[in-house]
Amino acid sequence: MIIAVASGKGGTGKTTISTNLALSLTDQVQLLDCDVEEPNAHLFIKPEILEKHTVTIPVPQIDRAICTLCGKCAKICAYNAIAIIAKQAMVFPELCHSCGACKYFCPAGAIKEVNHEVGFTELGSKNNIQFIHGQLNVGKAIAIPVIKAVKNHIDKTKTVIIDAPPGTTCPTIEAIKGSNFCLLVTEPTPFGLNDLILSVATLKKINIPYGVIINRSNLGDNSTEQYCNQEDIPILMRIKFDKKIAAAYSNGTPLINIYPEYRQHFGDLLKKIKTIVETP
Amino acid sequence: MKQLAIISGKGGTGKTVITSAFASIADNKVIVDCDVDAANLHLMLNPKILEHNIFKSGFTASIDRSKCTRCLKCLKNCRFNAITKNLTIDSIACEGCAFCYNLCPVGAITLEENIAGEWFISETKYGPFVHAKLGIAEENSGKLVSLIRKQAQTLAKEQNKNLIIIDGPPGIGCQVIATLANIDSALIVTEPTVSGLHDAKRVIELAKHFTIPIMMLINKYDLNLAMTKNIEQYCEQQNIILVGKIKFDTDIVNAVTNKKPIMNIANIKLKEQIQKIWHTTYNNL
Amino acid sequence: MKICITAQGNTLDSQMELRFGRSPYFIIYDTETLEFEAIKNPNIEAANGVGIKSAQLMSDKNVQVLLTGKIGPKAADVLNTANIQVINSSAETVQEAITNYQA
Repeated sequence: MIIAVASGKGGTGKTTISTNLALSLTDQVQLLDCDVEEPNAHLFIKPEILEKHTVTIPVPQIDRAICTLCGKCAKICAYNAIAIIAKQAMVFPELCHSCGACKYFCPAGAIKEVNHEVGFTELGSKNNIQFIHGQLNVGKAIAIPVIKAVKNHIDKTKTVIIDAPPGTTCPTIEAIKGSNFCLLVTEPTPFGLNDLILSVATLKKINIPYGVIINRSNLGDNSTEQYCNQEDIPILMRIKFDKKIAAAYSNGTPLINIYPEYRQHFGDLLKKIKTIVETP
Repeated sequence: MKQLAIISGKGGTGKTVITSAFASIADNKVIVDCDVDAANLHLMLNPKILEHNIFKSGFTASIDRSKCTRCLKCLKNCRFNAITKNLTIDSIACEGCAFCYNLCPVGAITLEENIAGEWFISETKYGPFVHAKLGIAEENSGKLVSLIRKQAQTLAKEQNKNLIIIDGPPGIGCQVIATLANIDSALIVTEPTVSGLHDAKRVIELAKHFTIPIMMLINKYDLNLAMTKNIEQYCEQQNIILVGKIKFDTDIVNAVTNKKPIMNIANIKLKEQIQKIWHTTYNNL
Repeated sequence: MKICITAQGNTLDSQMELRFGRSPYFIIYDTETLEFEAIKNPNIEAANGVGIKSAQLMSDKNVQVLLTGKIGPKAADVLNTANIQVINSSAETVQEAITNYQA
């Protein structure tokens, strides 16, 4: 089973949920940190990193000896990643989406594709957890290929937990899609609620079942609970704010090390998710 | 005209709370919310929308079944798996590269411009406010960020405002890059947590990449004093101006819950502190 | 020689625009014939790579000097390859930018 942990708003506790859920389970677990812009799960899991792979995308390389400067490639590139200037073709890999159209349409056959590095993935382990995360190189705008590279390692025989990036746009959807269930982590403030409503709309659009976890449930107001009740969205867990939890988090200490009873709560959470997913 | 962006790397460190506080203190400015993916600043500023616009961006392919000869060329060549076996387009997967459009031998494929979101020019108690809402599952929010920043600059010129305060998005991707372009300074709001510092360092690296001067603010500093010390030392080593630090204060949570800038709600001590942080920030712009 | 000034409008009295890629107009001024051509920027709506497209336009129009505000690294790369000199101007109007340049 694949469970994604997501939220519209950042800083609501996605990483707290995904790492503590992974650490609480006793069966074989895969934890994938797909927040490749700002990956954090490793700070709490502290895995032993065993492998590192670069993530590349294919981008065009133009052979100047063959290129006739016809300009077809620059014309068809939807991303303006190629320019023909002063008798030479220039390629801007940062803008390329690797669609392959330029190579296909080049009448002279002057274009081949070469690998361009955009980030890396690392594989590691901690006890029963197989840990995988990716990192987007700073200054690169497109996170999708790195997220895909992380998800390529999914082993469906294990319980797979995906820590998704915040938001409702393409990187979040890339991380969540293909999951059996999505946990939406929110906090009971107008910000949290506003962004939860966006997340719910996103999940309806991609048709994945979901439930809510309210973090810092004793701060803020009651409107998030009311919204979930009205919309018939299951609230699967509530975590209270206290300074002990916040201080532990700040040091990279998992919640379950401070309050061991949460191990049981996270185990129950998985059971609840299984029930929802398996109910037709 | 000066432009200040408030960013953080990690989400939830307090960008919007700080921006709304600054918005209520600063004189003669335009306010922009560049977190177009999960915008929140409007909740604090209670805007009256004056202008509502549609944001179009990118293209999505569509197949005219009556012209299609099922040659499957498009299906075989699409690298985004956006063409289904039934020869329909998966609009979420489609990246608008136009490969299929250029490829189709019978002209059965057309490209339609996406309506990717909407943007607004509003009036608030604190001045003009430009904000936006990106559609769900859309991409290319960098362009929307550029667009609303341009609108803010035009407004500022028209109304002789000498400052633009920008609430930035989390992360280090395209929205953040568009937020940082050509600004005078970025204020990074961080918190004394391993993840807060980790992410702040990545966004600092990004700002340096684009040669943007940076300042730093530590929010909820009392949650971990040792880590706060670390961040202070880091700022000193890196020559980053630390504009101040703020304690974890339930008045801040109350401000958010009541949808009012902190300056309207907080205790005097916190207010004075934020006032001071604003002056330090402004003087270093 | 052809010089190009980024502008908010299509006349020599127009305000100068400090962005290059998304400049509303390009005013191309010929220092020999004293004539000018105003081009509405066709790339302004593109999502990405506007600096590159606009630089390509400069190259296609045989511009030798560009007077504008800050330009991005990719546009700078293309302009450099095309041998177009970029001068950072802070003039108010197009006319003022030309006068300052010729002074």
